[in-house]
Amino acid sequence: MTDATHKPFVRTQMLQPSAPPLREAGVVRWLRENLFSSWFNTILTLAGVAVIWLLVSSALPWWLNGVWTAGSLSECREIIAASAGEGASGACWAVVNERWNQFIFGFYPVGLWWRPTLAFALLFAAMGPVLFAGQKRAMLILLGSVAALVLVLVTLAASAVPNEVAKVTDAPFVWKLALALALLTLGAMIVLTVMGSGKLLWFTGLYPALCFWLLWGGPIWVPVGALFGFVLLAGVYAALVKRAGPGLAAGLGLIVALVWWLFLDVPVTVALNEAIPFGLTAVQSDQFGGFLLAITIGVTAITFSLPIGILLALGRQSDMLIVKTLCVGFIEFIRGVPLITLLFTASLLLQYFLPPGTNFDIILRVIILVTLFAAAYLAEVIRGGLAALPRGQYEAADALGLDYWQAQRFIILPQALKVSIPAIVSTFIGLFKDTTLVAFVGLMDPLKGVTQIVRADINWKGIYWEPYIFVGAIFFVICFGMSRYSMYLERKLKTDHR
Amino acid sequence: MKKTYLLGAIAAATMVAGAASAQATLEAVKARGELICGSNTGLTGFGAPDANGTWAGFDVDLCRAIAAAILGDATKVKFVPTTGETRFTALQSGEVDVLIRNSTWTATRDSELALDFVAVNYYDGQGFMVKKDLGVSSAKELDGATVCIQTGTTTELNLADFFKQNNISYQPVTIADDAEGQRQYLAGACDAYTTDASGLAASRATLPDAENHIILPEIISKEPLGPVVRHGDNNWGDIVRWTYYSLLVAEEKGITKANVEEVAASTTDEEVKRLLGTSGDMAVKFGLDADAFKRAILAGGNYGEIFAANIGEGTSINLARGLNALWTQGGLQYAPPFR
Repeated sequence: MTDATHKPFVRTQMLQPSAPPLREAGVVRWLRENLFSSWFNTILTLAGVAVIWLLVSSALPWWLNGVWTAGSLSECREIIAASAGEGASGACWAVVNERWNQFIFGFYPVGLWWRPTLAFALLFAAMGPVLFAGQKRAMLILLGSVAALVLVLVTLAASAVPNEVAKVTDAPFVWKLALALALLTLGAMIVLTVMGSGKLLWFTGLYPALCFWLLWGGPIWVPVGALFGFVLLAGVYAALVKRAGPGLAAGLGLIVALVWWLFLDVPVTVALNEAIPFGLTAVQSDQFGGFLLAITIGVTAITFSLPIGILLALGRQSDMLIVKTLCVGFIEFIRGVPLITLLFTASLLLQYFLPPGTNFDIILRVIILVTLFAAAYLAEVIRGGLAALPRGQYEAADALGLDYWQAQRFIILPQALKVSIPAIVSTFIGLFKDTTLVAFVGLMDPLKGVTQIVRADINWKGIYWEPYIFVGAIFFVICFGMSRYSMYLERKLKTDHR
Repeated sequence: MKKTYLLGAIAAATMVAGAASAQATLEAVKARGELICGSNTGLTGFGAPDANGTWAGFDVDLCRAIAAAILGDATKVKFVPTTGETRFTALQSGEVDVLIRNSTWTATRDSELALDFVAVNYYDGQGFMVKKDLGVSSAKELDGATVCIQTGTTTELNLADFFKQNNISYQPVTIADDAEGQRQYLAGACDAYTTDASGLAASRATLPDAENHIILPEIISKEPLGPVVRHGDNNWGDIVRWTYYSLLVAEEKGITKANVEEVAASTTDEEVKRLLGTSGDMAVKFGLDADAFKRAILAGGNYGEIFAANIGEGTSINLARGLNALWTQGGLQYAPPFR
């Protein structure tokens, strides 16, 4: 029989969960777990807070009292004394406000600022096809932003023409024409991207010549002549590669191109310039300075050091005795010498060996040696990547019947480079920061060169932290950008499932 | 063995370059239409580009005077910034025509480096700056003091000599450049800051509390600063030297930028006539135009005017003429006669 009166208790509805005890919830729990989990952790936390407090309380007034508009350091001090009381410290950002253009452009003529600006914006468009190969969406975003950037910045820079003196400048229509052409090019690139065409790389190939022409100006025939050498190289290679094989064809092409560059290029470009004079106002190398100089040296060296570094790394692993010896000798010599020594060589020693009166551009000399320096380091980085590949990969390539270059291109290098990405980007970041060393050969790098010039002005003599912080911040943005890109690339290329 | 070959090659190349450029500097400058002047990378009052990139300063004005004498245009100068390390090599290798960059004339530089110092356009000397409340009135009282000193300069050696001679001790705090020195001194890292007296004056002028700092009376070294040319091209050296002297004579004779044309037309002083090219062919003997020295004076005025405009009393740097006064006023600036 069932006892209806003695029903066991059965809850028919769920109880509302009660709130956890205070010490196990929310901020308190997080604090307990992360900052005060043990007595040792508590001490560390308190010490950390004390240090942060010390730093902030000593530096914060300096940041808060910052003055942005003043004509000199003493004026800055007066303003700070008036607003924050006698003896208060404060940053004098007025120096950055007044001289920012020198930190960015050096003494590049004001009327021509649009040229480096345009070259800088187009740099991203040129790098896009390499950096974001096959990433349609990323490419479109990039090209769109570059177009917007070109439109805004170039217009701004072109309107920065000082009207008080007749400064060096191109004809007024030139920048508008250039702007229109740049936007057209970008538009065409966007269309090509949408169509999924690989032709975008052509712009990347043309960009170095375009950039050179925009920065240094002069007749258009100079970069055209230089490019024509590459056309010759490619032509000879294409004509002979079937019959003579890639090595011989490339060698012959190089010889033909060298003959062109060394003997024919100059007279032909001079004649062309006389026949059809067309060009931009020329700018001397000594007018380059600030980040314009750092980025010019850095980007050129980065661009050219990677292929040279790859070739050196392959050469070092080669079975051919002379190639191997040369590569090892080059790498070890360059790596064994400080960059400063190479810069002094570029600036001083080369002058002795060149015939008197030759004017071998100092920036070019520096770029060449910085490139070689970076290439030697990259070669070792890439060799590390090559060494990391299992022997089986090489054997598999052989088993497939690929020749040496095919094996490198399709099997070895893609994997070796992928492994080396973090180290390669590290080298690039180091290289970019090393460009400040050119101050020692009298070039106006942003950190020391320009700062010294600014301090030589009696109005700003005695200023110390502000220029360094400004320049450091810009360096950080660029280097951080490179570092993030390398992480993106690693994620993108990740094919394993670890 | 290899090293010997390399050094030999460098030496040979140097000689070839040197021989080729000797005798030819004036022609090269004329052909180029531009004087290349080695300058400082930026030294307050002596030479630095301003916000527009136009170079200005005491040394710079001498470059401009030379360009005006040779080419007739004071703006036809290209300034090549040189650092302490690169300056003499830039001159030797022919990268610059003349180096006017507050370089001290010493025996070694004159002999070993195959350079010629042709004049002294500024007599400087090493001094000390201390805080007033240190209670020191002479450098000899600096016993046991910490001293901020730039490494690798003659000032470092001078400092050691001075303290050794006076039998007192000091603690060096080495710094890399003037900006850092000023910073360390203000932060109290050192009791005294030592460098060239002209540099000290410029530093003191920009301190937040200049009245609390004094420059001690002792000048412990001779620092004759002047234009430098390559050894071997004597005519070129003469041109630089006598262009400089023409500015001195102009001051002595009261010829200024403003009145030079008037004086040239009306003077009865034979030396002034020769200087300004209205009689004789003084400048032609140097390979220049007859009115070359007049153009040099027109570029930036006479020596006194250049001094007053860049570093003299009335500018923020506020240097007294001192040793750099004319010999007629008790200074050392003395030009041989234009005869």
